[in-house]
Amino acid sequence: MSEAWLETEALDVTYGRTHAVRGVSLTVGEGEIVAVLGANGAGKTSLLRALQGAVKPSGGTIRFMGRDLTNAGSAERVRSGMMLVPEGRQIFVSMTVHENLLMGGHLRRDQSAVEKDIKAVYERFPNLAERRDMKATVLSGGEQQMLAVGRALIGRPKLMMLDEPSLGLSPLFVEKLFSLIQELNGEGLSILLVEQNTHMALEIASRAYVLELGRVTLQGAAADLAADAALAEAYLGAEPA
Amino acid sequence: MSGYWIGLITILSINVIFAYGIFLAVATGQLNLGGAGFQALGAYAAAYLAMEMDQPLFVTIASGMIVAGVIGFAISFPILRLKGVYLVLGTFAFAEVVAGLILNSDALGGATGLPVPTFIDWDVPAIAAVIVAVGVFWLMSTRFGLVVRSVHDDEVVADLMGVNVRMVRVCAFALGAALAGLSGALYAHAYSFVEIQVFNASLSIYVLLYVLLGGAQTAWGPLFGAAFFTLLPEALRDTLPALKEAVFGALGIEGAATPPDESWRFVILGVATVLMMIFRPEGLITRTMVERLRPLNRAPRAARAEAAE
Repeated sequence: MSEAWLETEALDVTYGRTHAVRGVSLTVGEGEIVAVLGANGAGKTSLLRALQGAVKPSGGTIRFMGRDLTNAGSAERVRSGMMLVPEGRQIFVSMTVHENLLMGGHLRRDQSAVEKDIKAVYERFPNLAERRDMKATVLSGGEQQMLAVGRALIGRPKLMMLDEPSLGLSPLFVEKLFSLIQELNGEGLSILLVEQNTHMALEIASRAYVLELGRVTLQGAAADLAADAALAEAYLGAEPA
Repeated sequence: MSGYWIGLITILSINVIFAYGIFLAVATGQLNLGGAGFQALGAYAAAYLAMEMDQPLFVTIASGMIVAGVIGFAISFPILRLKGVYLVLGTFAFAEVVAGLILNSDALGGATGLPVPTFIDWDVPAIAAVIVAVGVFWLMSTRFGLVVRSVHDDEVVADLMGVNVRMVRVCAFALGAALAGLSGALYAHAYSFVEIQVFNASLSIYVLLYVLLGGAQTAWGPLFGAAFFTLLPEALRDTLPALKEAVFGALGIEGAATPPDESWRFVILGVATVLMMIFRPEGLITRTMVERLRPLNRAPRAARAEAAE
């Protein structure tokens, strides 16, 4: 495995008496796609919220590129290269497509370079370019997901975290999305992919973690997990291999 | 110009500035129902400095703005911890506390109020209103304006983009408080007298209505809202008796042309308010509407994008 960029150690997240994440240690290396799998309520979203600084972990540490970011705010994490694409394609509803993309570069001061990056996003997603001055809410669900990914790219992340990106998308768009994730990964971006679509996630990931009730119950190479009988039973409906 | 028009332009200018003060908070998703409190702070700061300390006009007006802004900044930290209806109640309570303190303060004239020696004509408020309006339009077109909208749209995602949501809200709230204070200082000098009864709860409600019914999505909203609700009662002042006469004439009732009760103007205003809430819940002026009225803006932009290809 290459050098770890993101590293959590014994991470705990609690809301009042609810223990959402229990002692999770995971790593994402340079240029890796790592999947985090699990059913609803397994703690996947809480884990991401802690990673992005939206909730303070009650225990453990988060390190990124050698820096301790356990208690850092969201801005510091974005600056150091972590960017989260939230669940449900949360675009800014009052804004145009272009303004949404501008928000991705909120912390950047190099305006001309931001414009260049936005142009690159338009080249990647011609649909967005055509609708740049329209309200982002007129986009289809799939296009909104592309916008959310594009917006995150404007922040020039080193690690992109995606929270259930395939949720509610048509099978065709899910295919497109996963090949996009692979494409971005090929360009050097590390990916932390939180998914319920276990089949697809294991297909593109190099490694995966399975969360159950906030704990990592299984981890390993994606190919091994895909063949694992226990995982198959829990998430793949125990289809014969 | 007649005294009537001078008075109308003065109050219109003050209301526009006041509405922009509340707009800045509302644009970040914070309903501020304490407008009268901030306006009273500005008015009394200006009045006190003019009356008791003989300060020149620019000092008193600037001080009114600064006092309201600084107090707005200070209370925004605790008060912006509240959300939704509790924030509305919190800001409302703040205005009541300000009114109570002034009412019980001998230095500020208590219930009798304070005379203000330096008089300003309609031109000072009008110029100030133009500067404030241009300033808010400019502010909303900057990156800060974009960030303000992002916080209004979705504070969680704004935070994900690295926006300091709390700081944006505090700044917008404090800047808004300063504008409300400016409107109060102008009021003090334009009317040569301040009394706390003027800065009451219904004033806070009215100014919030200007913003919500005018539209809080763009800087056009408060301008139209304040103008509409300042001018409509005035327009009704003339048309209402004429209307009554016409109705009575049609019904064949003779000699009943006594002017109708003043309160009818406010009944009609109330009905207009309810109708606007039903038919334009996003306010009179929405972003979609502004964008549709700007086809000229889009054409060069598209051409520019093509040229860049």
